[in-house]
Amino acid sequence: MIHEKGSYYLPSPSYWPIFGSCALFCIMFGAAHWLHGVNWGPPLFFVGLALLFFVMYGWFHHVIQESLAGLYNKQVDHSYRWGMAWFIFSEVMFFGAFFGALFYSRISAVAELAGDSTSLFGASALTHYLIWPGFMPHWPLLHNPDPSLFPAPKQVMEAWGIPALNTLILLSSGGTITWAHWGMIKNKRSHVLIGLLLTVLLGITFLCFQAHEYITAYEDYNLRLTSGIYGTTFFMLTGFHGLHVTIGTIMLIVILFRAYLNHFNSEHHFAFEAVSWYWHFVDVVWLFLFVFVYWL
Amino acid sequence: MVKRIPILFLSLITAPIYAEMKVNMPLGVTPLSHDIYWLHMTIFWICVGIGVIVFGALIYSLIKFRKSKGRIAEDFHEHTLIEIIWAVIPFLILIGMAIPATKVLIRMDNTEDADLTVKITGYQWRWKYEYLDQGISYFSNLATPANQLNNKAPKNKWYLLEVDHPLVVPTHKKIRILVTSNDVIHSWWVTELGIKRDAIPGYIHETWARIEKPGIYRGQCAELCGVNHGFMPIVVEAVSPMQFAEWVKQQTQGKVTFNTDVKLTLSKKELMGRGETAYDTYCAICHKPEGTGMPPAFPALKGDKILTGKPGDEIAIVLNGKAGTAMQAFKNQLSNEDLAAIITYIRNAWGNDDKNKQGPHAGELVQPEDIALAR
Amino acid sequence: MNSIEHAVDQHAPYNSQGFFSKVTRWIFTTNHKDIGTLYLWLSLIMFFVGGAMALLIRAELFQPGARIISPEIFNQMTTFHGLIMVFGVIMPAMVGLANWQIPMMIGAPDMALPRLNNWSFWILPFAFALLVSTLFMSGPAPNFGWTFYAPLSTTYGPKSTDFMIFSIHLLGLSSILGAINIIATIFNLRAPGMTFMKMPIFVWSWLITAFLLLAVMPVLAGVVTMMLADRHFGTSFFNAAGGGDPILFQHVFWFFGHPEVYILIMPAFGVMSEVIPTFSRKKIFGYKFMIYAISVIAFLSLLVWAHHMFTSGIPLVSELFFMYATMLIAVPTGVKIFNWVATIYKGSVTFETPMLFAIAFLFLFTLGGFSGLMLSIVPADYQYQDTYFVVAHFHYVLIPGSVYAIMAAIYYWLPKWTGHRYNERLGQWHFWLTVISTNLTFFPMHFLGLAGMPRRIPDYALQFADFNMIATIGAFIFGFSQLLFLINIVRTVRGKGPHVSNQVWEGAHGLEWTLPSPPPYHTFSSPPTIDECK
Ligand code: HEA
Ligand code: HEA
Ligand code: HEC
Ligand code: CUA
Ligand SMILES: [Cu+2]
Repeated sequence: MIHEKGSYYLPSPSYWPIFGSCALFCIMFGAAHWLHGVNWGPPLFFVGLALLFFVMYGWFHHVIQESLAGLYNKQVDHSYRWGMAWFIFSEVMFFGAFFGALFYSRISAVAELAGDSTSLFGASALTHYLIWPGFMPHWPLLHNPDPSLFPAPKQVMEAWGIPALNTLILLSSGGTITWAHWGMIKNKRSHVLIGLLLTVLLGITFLCFQAHEYITAYEDYNLRLTSGIYGTTFFMLTGFHGLHVTIGTIMLIVILFRAYLNHFNSEHHFAFEAVSWYWHFVDVVWLFLFVFVYWL
Repeated sequence: MVKRIPILFLSLITAPIYAEMKVNMPLGVTPLSHDIYWLHMTIFWICVGIGVIVFGALIYSLIKFRKSKGRIAEDFHEHTLIEIIWAVIPFLILIGMAIPATKVLIRMDNTEDADLTVKITGYQWRWKYEYLDQGISYFSNLATPANQLNNKAPKNKWYLLEVDHPLVVPTHKKIRILVTSNDVIHSWWVTELGIKRDAIPGYIHETWARIEKPGIYRGQCAELCGVNHGFMPIVVEAVSPMQFAEWVKQQTQGKVTFNTDVKLTLSKKELMGRGETAYDTYCAICHKPEGTGMPPAFPALKGDKILTGKPGDEIAIVLNGKAGTAMQAFKNQLSNEDLAAIITYIRNAWGNDDKNKQGPHAGELVQPEDIALAR
Repeated sequence: MNSIEHAVDQHAPYNSQGFFSKVTRWIFTTNHKDIGTLYLWLSLIMFFVGGAMALLIRAELFQPGARIISPEIFNQMTTFHGLIMVFGVIMPAMVGLANWQIPMMIGAPDMALPRLNNWSFWILPFAFALLVSTLFMSGPAPNFGWTFYAPLSTTYGPKSTDFMIFSIHLLGLSSILGAINIIATIFNLRAPGMTFMKMPIFVWSWLITAFLLLAVMPVLAGVVTMMLADRHFGTSFFNAAGGGDPILFQHVFWFFGHPEVYILIMPAFGVMSEVIPTFSRKKIFGYKFMIYAISVIAFLSLLVWAHHMFTSGIPLVSELFFMYATMLIAVPTGVKIFNWVATIYKGSVTFETPMLFAIAFLFLFTLGGFSGLMLSIVPADYQYQDTYFVVAHFHYVLIPGSVYAIMAAIYYWLPKWTGHRYNERLGQWHFWLTVISTNLTFFPMHFLGLAGMPRRIPDYALQFADFNMIATIGAFIFGFSQLLFLINIVRTVRGKGPHVSNQVWEGAHGLEWTLPSPPPYHTFSSPPTIDECK
């Protein structure tokens, strides 16, 4: 009946979601206790994390089996596509919140604290004169309004060193994954494998560079999360991006294996496409980061 | 049953009439509050008008087109022109509302050419008033006695709306008001002045008032700021410019300078008496009159280890506060005598002076000199 | 059941034999009707929990100086009441309705991503467990209002704030997954012939709501993440000493928060657009314009957030912009109201319980809308902001708006879902008690606010005593009247009422009314053809 033309596919009841919820609960409950220094917090957190990975493995495994068994028709494929596309949209909005914080701080908050009356919104200059008379506006901030609470960094991140290189790396990884997609459409397995492998390697290189950059920032530049709003936005934005690159790389590795196992053909390769969308999304976010966090 | 409800309420309403029932915004005593009142009423009546039309049409339809009256539904369900009409008419009404609103707003924004500048700082849970030109500065605390709060005494007329030191300002002068905060967000609101300004820590926002009528105007903090948000009133006393000048003179003469090194020794009785009053004003809001606090957020002072040990630590805490907690620095709020009295009081009250239970240092006195040294 | 072969045919609910399989039926279910039912029960339970908290608040406010709960507990109760009503009552109820109705209304067998659907629901109980657990911890529970403004919730927040933060992360995740599912279902599972412009307005309103959810829930996740970082990792998003700004919190929060209130009302608009035509026995007037109106409202709702921050000292130009944008929302909302009135006009109206609630909606929601419009006038908002006038406004739009719509929807569709008629007499009693007590509770709050009573205070000056007393009495009547609702639902679900046919209501149109009552476990195993169902 499933294979009848025009009918729908309905999955049977599944225990993965409830385990997923339990995992999330353990993670959150554990993390909160961890933050409060309760000693069973971290173990609970990691148990939850492990359970979550197990759920993801099991759930995806199940889906892959169904897909390989040919249970999915075009309609299911479309549902997954819409699902992934809108999921990425929600991620865009998540980053949007942090970019919003960056823009707001730069354009409005810092200007107001510095009594910069040329600021777009014409803030009260008294904030500066009465509360923060010593604070000078200059982005990226090398002084903070209250240096005793938020010691400023010695130096800021230069755009044209590692970050520029990383831009190149991510852009070319976008190229390699597209190249792999062409291979997929033409049913050329080795072409796909090489393309994916290159993408994975580029992703890992990117992460290594970023790790290096963070270490420099912390050790040499004294640029930290605690360095005031510049450090705050810098690390939160690049950090969340880095996390997404990590997730993307893991997903790419999974897809690489699946490609190796011949899970895809020129018609059926939604998983591949979903990951490549995700990768492109991460790529575009990076471009914004490069321009607004490092460069301008 | 349903019919009897209004009667029930009438009897309830007439029971305890403490003050006249107010159902509308007061007109207020500043140009801004007048503008606001006028806008409020205009928009209110426009809404009433629209309401009469919409509800009228609705009630008419509901009565006229009942099935029980044998009505059969007609078949029409589209009319583009009418849709456009009933989108455009409200739009025009809105423009009519927006114009005066914009005018008033622009007027409110102009804080220039002020005769007097007052800086208002919100603290958990009191207000600090600073007259920047006159060099006067003081705190304003809730003055409702604890026994009224606890229902142990009948409540007086201005229950929860009375303070120890009101903000005193002259009438007929443009007063520029700067609002900020020391800890969390508060909001300085006095209805009759037409002013509500949020107090944002680290930022100053401005507004202004020109009071046209002498009198006492009351308000409250209007932004949730912690447990005692409801106990943070504002009282503004508007007096004639002459009286105001007089008041300023008094204030600057009898000005307390906190850092004077008073070589003065007070008796235990003096310390305890003065300490209790000051404690009830400044500390009891958090630590409670019985010293029980509200643990765990606000520690109990009764039986507190710090207070029963050698004097020293508690002096530092009270002087400098504890960063990041509601425990603020009292260095610049209280004189040496007051601080000595408060600390002596909390070291001796509630059985904290029981040497058998609390150890040898319990109940030791603290003198203004000790405070001066610790400053 | 994990294996593929079984996946093919096991569609009926298990022959629930034994306790274990009865429980697992609900926990493992991938059926939209089961999941819809779960959502609705969760919502009903939370309604009583959040409502009991409101009653505690009202009890404390019965008289000045009442000391039933301490100010600390009072603040926790307002916080929880707000959070639970918004995230635990209205949102789950609306998603529950969506789950039941959307597949039936568009001719789909189920939701597009049934396992994800299960997950969206089953995250919720865990999220609420996380939230509610803070009430039982040693320190204070979250006590800074449902808007958790920084720095009261960051530097000065109690330890339990972190649990709230993580709980909100989970709630956000659940909503995002739910919204994705709804969009995928509507885009992809419409029966052949069910074009977008033939879809019932309820489905349309949910489609647009789902977009809004996707646009703003991640921003909520973002803002709580910033809070977490400020609390524990030394960042300074909301701290001027490091170059941040507490107002930034409000901007980000309300970028979520304002669309959120429209998320609460738009499915309600959808319900109204189903109920009113049915009981007027006349097609909805201005179908197209209804859809344009919701779209415009959704779009504008993303541009008006700072109307919650007029007193916070934002610059003049932004105040003007946000005032104009906010006022504009009255236009599409007005179009909706007028179209509903026009639907009733020259119809053939009967007054069953769902219709009564719909009529009350028309009156009282409009009233709440008017006070909203007054709030949007910046200078006037300087007086209204953070007073009981605002409390009156939002209870008028939330209770006669969202809550009445949910009640109307339940009365309207429950016979379809269960195959039994609810008790009409009980329904009518419930309705009248509810409307009267709603007004008794919330109307006086307008006066209180105008006379100067701030919100979120546990004790107040003597001049506010009378109206508060009335409000408290009204609240208790309201609260206990809801027990009638509960009784009516339980009776119907347990099969007490008379059986109904497919076409439960004389004037109802739409695919769901072509199905038997109750509909089979899986509705359309192959797509129906749509000829003239709209
Ligand atoms: C269901 C939820 C809901 C809905 C639908 C609305 C609808 C509206 N709200 Fe409301 N609002 C809330 C929920 C909602 N609100 C909540 C929860 C808060 C408080 C949050 C908190 O602080 O805790 C709040 C607070 C709030 C404020 C902030 C107040 C303050 O804190 O100072 C403002 C200010 O502009 C506002 C405005 C509006 C407006 C203009 C509308 C409009 O959409 C209303 C439009 C409708 C009409 C106007 C009526 C019908 C129209 C006609 C009949 C046409 C003709 C009419 C005219 C031309 C006037 N709301
Ligand atoms: C959809 C949302 C929604 C709903 C339905 C309600 C419903 C009610 N709300 Fe409100 N409310 C909010 C959303 C909502 N609320 C929000 C967002 C806030 C802002 C919070 C903040 O400031 O942060 C708020 C704040 C708020 C306040 C202001 C608190 C303050 O500022 O200090 C008040 C005060 O009267 C109040 C009252 C009520 C009452 C009486 C009801 C009634 O309708 C409730 C009806 C009661 C029941 C349904 C209970 C039935 C239960 C029983 C009969 C069982 C009884 C059993 C026992 C007692 C054991 N609410
Ligand atoms: C706004 C609330 C508030 C007010 C007013 C206040 N305190 Fe405190 N106080 C606190 C808090 C909160 C702490 C706990 C700080 C911490 O977390 O260590 C505290 C701690 C203390 C301690 C240390 C207790 C201990 O064991 O650590 C002393 C002593 C003290 N306060 C005395 C006073 C005195 C004296 C006054 C009045 C002059 C006063 N406080 C006013 C909130 C307040
Ligand atoms: Cu200060 Cu509320
Ligand atoms: Cu809003």
